[in-house]
Amino acid sequence: MNFLSLFVLIPVLMLGALLISSNIKQIRTICATGASLLLLLAITLTSLYLGERSLGNTADMLFKASSTWYAPLHIHYSVGVDGISVAMLLLSSIIVFTGIFTSWKIELLPKEYFIWFCLLSIGVFGFFISTDLFTMFMFYEIALIPMYLLIGVWGTGKKEYAAMKLTLMLMGGSALLLVGILGIYFNAGGSSMNILEIAQQYIPVEMQRWFFPLTFIGFGVLGALFPFHTWSPDGHASAPTAVSMLHAGVLMKLGGYGCFRVAIYLMPEAAHELAWIFILLTGISVVYGAYSAIVQTDLKYINAYSSVSHCGLVLFAILMLNQTAMTGAVMQMLSHGLMTALFFALIGMIYGRTHTRDIREMGGLMKIIPFLGVCYVIAGLASLGLPGLSGFVAEMTIFVGSFQHADLFHRVMTIIACTSIVITAVYILRVVGKLLYGKVVNEHHFQLTDAVWYERFAVIVLIIAIAGIGLAPLWLSDMIRDSFSGLMTALIK
Amino acid sequence: MEITMEYYLVISTIMFFAGIYGFITRRNLLAVLISIELILNSVDINFVAFNRFLYPDQMEGFFFTLFAIGISACETAVAIAIIINIYRNIRNIQVKNLNKLKD
Amino acid sequence: MEYTILILLLPMLTFVGLGLFGMKLRPNTASYIGSLSLAITTLLAYTTAGFYFTMPRIDGIFARQLPVHFEWLHFTETLHIDLGILLDPISVMMLVVITTVSLMVHIYSLGYMKGERGFQRYYAFLSLFTFSMLGLVVAPNIFQMYIFWELVGVSSYLLIGFYYTKPAAIAASKKAFIVTRFADLGFLLGILLLSYFTQTFDFEALTSGNSAIFAGAAGVTFLGGSVISWALVLIFIGGAGKSAMFPLHIWLPDAMEGPTPVSALIHAATMVVAGVYLVARLFPVYVSAAPDVLIGIGYVGAFTSLYAAVVACVQTDIKRVLAFSTISQIGFMMVALGVSGMGGHQGLGYMASMFHLFTHAMFKALLFLCAGAIIHTIGSNEMSHMGGLRKYMPYTHITFLIACLAISGIPPFSGFFSKDEILTAAFEFHPNFGILMSFIAGLTAFYMFRLYYNIFWGTPATHEHTPHEAPKSMTIPLMILAGITVLAGFIPFGHFVSSDGLVYNIHLNWGVATASIVIALIAIGVAAFFYKSRCDIPDRLMHMYPQFHKAAYHRFYIDEFYLFITKRIIFNCVSRPIAWFDRHIIDGALNGMAYVSQRISYAIRGFQSGQIQQYAFVFLLGTLLIVLLVVLI
Repeated sequence: MNFLSLFVLIPVLMLGALLISSNIKQIRTICATGASLLLLLAITLTSLYLGERSLGNTADMLFKASSTWYAPLHIHYSVGVDGISVAMLLLSSIIVFTGIFTSWKIELLPKEYFIWFCLLSIGVFGFFISTDLFTMFMFYEIALIPMYLLIGVWGTGKKEYAAMKLTLMLMGGSALLLVGILGIYFNAGGSSMNILEIAQQYIPVEMQRWFFPLTFIGFGVLGALFPFHTWSPDGHASAPTAVSMLHAGVLMKLGGYGCFRVAIYLMPEAAHELAWIFILLTGISVVYGAYSAIVQTDLKYINAYSSVSHCGLVLFAILMLNQTAMTGAVMQMLSHGLMTALFFALIGMIYGRTHTRDIREMGGLMKIIPFLGVCYVIAGLASLGLPGLSGFVAEMTIFVGSFQHADLFHRVMTIIACTSIVITAVYILRVVGKLLYGKVVNEHHFQLTDAVWYERFAVIVLIIAIAGIGLAPLWLSDMIRDSFSGLMTALIK
Repeated sequence: MEITMEYYLVISTIMFFAGIYGFITRRNLLAVLISIELILNSVDINFVAFNRFLYPDQMEGFFFTLFAIGISACETAVAIAIIINIYRNIRNIQVKNLNKLKD
Repeated sequence: MEYTILILLLPMLTFVGLGLFGMKLRPNTASYIGSLSLAITTLLAYTTAGFYFTMPRIDGIFARQLPVHFEWLHFTETLHIDLGILLDPISVMMLVVITTVSLMVHIYSLGYMKGERGFQRYYAFLSLFTFSMLGLVVAPNIFQMYIFWELVGVSSYLLIGFYYTKPAAIAASKKAFIVTRFADLGFLLGILLLSYFTQTFDFEALTSGNSAIFAGAAGVTFLGGSVISWALVLIFIGGAGKSAMFPLHIWLPDAMEGPTPVSALIHAATMVVAGVYLVARLFPVYVSAAPDVLIGIGYVGAFTSLYAAVVACVQTDIKRVLAFSTISQIGFMMVALGVSGMGGHQGLGYMASMFHLFTHAMFKALLFLCAGAIIHTIGSNEMSHMGGLRKYMPYTHITFLIACLAISGIPPFSGFFSKDEILTAAFEFHPNFGILMSFIAGLTAFYMFRLYYNIFWGTPATHEHTPHEAPKSMTIPLMILAGITVLAGFIPFGHFVSSDGLVYNIHLNWGVATASIVIALIAIGVAAFFYKSRCDIPDRLMHMYPQFHKAAYHRFYIDEFYLFITKRIIFNCVSRPIAWFDRHIIDGALNGMAYVSQRISYAIRGFQSGQIQQYAFVFLLGTLLIVLLVVLI
């Protein structure tokens, strides 16, 4: 058995162990062990991958394995990774790891909560290691369903509405996606579901014109593509902390990842033809999300709109169809994943103490809970692209890459997207100023206590990852860039 | 006068539609059940008739008819059991009163 | 000279160390660690400068050195961000300026910030700032400069907002960051544009004078200007933001909400001249590719200078007077760059600008530190709360006077020499320009001495407790800076820094010098007459032109204009509608869809009545219909 399958196997085992576990102590042990194993596995995978590459292995995908699952439809369980999936797996494992720690003290039905959480992880990891269209789609669906319950049961506020909305919109997206995938499969000869093999086939351009938008929008819904992003503010606002983290940190990346792995990689001609429409939409997302964030008063809403803006930038860069911008896109996924997970974790911790997320009802928290305050500032600075933290690296790669286009349209859109860095600064500083600085608004807040060990641990892991990428981005960017070479030849052909 | 297949078919068609009519219009569950029996028996007649006139050297039609009679006996038994239970519960067997599962 | 990496590493490590473990240390320990590390850095910077300027010249110029250089991030085959240390005359000069002022501020803060909450944090931020600023000046490529440009912006934000419970400080820090961030957008776009056409970030390649590098941009124009000009304009916007050029100056006066030593370091001596440094760095590109832009920079500088000088004349907060004076002096530096050409005497302005940058950093830091000493003992920024302080604070008085004389351009203080070069360059560019700048120089002398007399002479204000001289840790830096201010004018600056790197001997233009001295003396005289003792002329003037005074006092309502744009236009007319649109139109459309499907479901659920007989009837009808259709067709 291929060791990549461990990424799915470990959560499955966790799930099994959770089913027979009986008390909170066991549950925590299982989750912490499993998540640590996953993190270790991801780190091992990264080093193995880099080692393999430095030995001169230039195959498109490494550690490939495949076994037939349902022969008549050529469905295989086939796995394999390139630099992009490695980066995504690393991201997912960090988020799952920290997510477990942020939900350490969950009170309502902990067993069920972690079971769904594991199921979600199975979907996420499975999606990133799959190279088969069908298994990929299946894991995608596995990742979506637990979200409904996690938000609907453990959420806050208008949770039923939000859960329903999120699930329905994402399911609508998957419906388009399924049509798109079937279209790809049958038009590529119907002889294989494997992405790498389909990429060798030629799909007629007139067919691509139909199925590219379907696939792209299908994944784009999850990547918060304007105007299909409205599930995000409601969903994030209602979801419990760890679920918000996982959702914004990893699940939204499934969208971006799928967009290039499936839509662009398999249908490059249509991508060239139709990119401009989506560049317009994502350009709108970037600026629009940022402007919307300025006037929000709920911390989670601010962050959700900021995610719309940042994830818009991911799709925007992917559509630029050049190596630098796409590398930037993946780095932005990574950066946004970590940063937004950090944000949601901190918001969850603050909410757990103050029982409000309205910035008008809070103030001066820096003095009372300095650890959380400082971390919030760091997250904010990462979000507005401070050099030395991950956001800067990703954004600059995207901007420089997008600007290398010879035609005016792409460059004007890049300039428009660039303006978001100013607006981002506005809303981040507004929140930091209101929330952390100034006078304490509520007398009760004086009694708040600062973060406890598991909270500190989760937050510090995320910050280390953010700063690590921000300070030494070269290995990561090279790893991702090299993986795009295959895609680039497909795009040029 | 020779009795041809059409005679049987006319009879069975009349029975069938009488059954359908009864099934649709009757309000009493027992009457509905009787209507269903009519429909089933009309089909049985068709089977026998077709077998007799079209494939006289084969017996599938007869067998199937016997089988259907057996099944309908069971079905009737089950149905009457249900009806008796319904009667015990709501003290009548009018179709329009059976809406407990609706909402 | 690989050890130069330590100049960057030491402050950075200090920042990380103090940031992570500062709270575990006693406040004093943290401050001593910070100051000691900076003292070593300063020593290293001086050593570097010593070695660098004693090296033999190659072809008459000091060679560029690149002791540290590595790739940090890779974009395309030609574009990659490298980090490194570039030593050339201006960067070495800046190293000296930054470390000197920073060290003075570190020592000064030992006394000034003593007992403040967050003393450790303060030193951590100071180290961060010093690190970023040093990284900025030694940047060998424009992208590294941008990186550290952002970092100084953030450290400035953190330090302005140091008193984070004070609403004014929070607002000021936010404003400073956002305004400079807006300007940085211009910088970034300029970098994108420039790098797209030249395919390089490297200063060496850009300024080598090799015109092939701009070949890609040949003939590409936008709104009548070449793209390179546009790129340079955008880059200048970035510089204008940091250097508080009109109309992006609005953040600087508010930034005075930060602790005073911070104002001295960041908002007077180092960070605010980053824009000047940027233009100087790209000077060969400006001269060769876009001389019109350069002249435009000169005009912007002159206007800013005039504007700020006029506003400074009526401000009552002493730190704000100094802030506007800083804006005005940076305007001088920009003017000098704007009117300069390349090489020999043509390049006088460039040299003068750098010279003024150097001397200004020293005397302006001194002024701020003196102001700090005064605020420290009085507890207020308002001029009206001061007066007659010369008796109580002799050291502060003398050093403040020296700085005032220097900024007013009185020989033999350093400001005279540098300002005189700027005026000469301006006169050579155009006499009217020279006259304008001389007038502004006169205004400078006037408002500085207005400040001086109001603080140290005039009617003594009543104090709750008698003002006292600042502690030793504060007066010693004052004296050191005063010493530099007295002597720095005699540095043969042209030997070290000039536009083409060749030796340039400074000749005082005695015509210009005499005129400027006379103007300065007259201005000082007027100030003395108005403010030395009680005199009602200023009040009468104020009542004579009330509108003008009010407008100037409110800085000609530029802030209100910005506030209008941001609050009314961006916030209320853009963001709110967008947020509304999102919630009600886009989300509304989705909810509408859901609502419509629900209504339809309600409408058609009658079909599923549960009446089996009804189903059978419909079934029958359907069957008959199908049979009918089959029969008919």
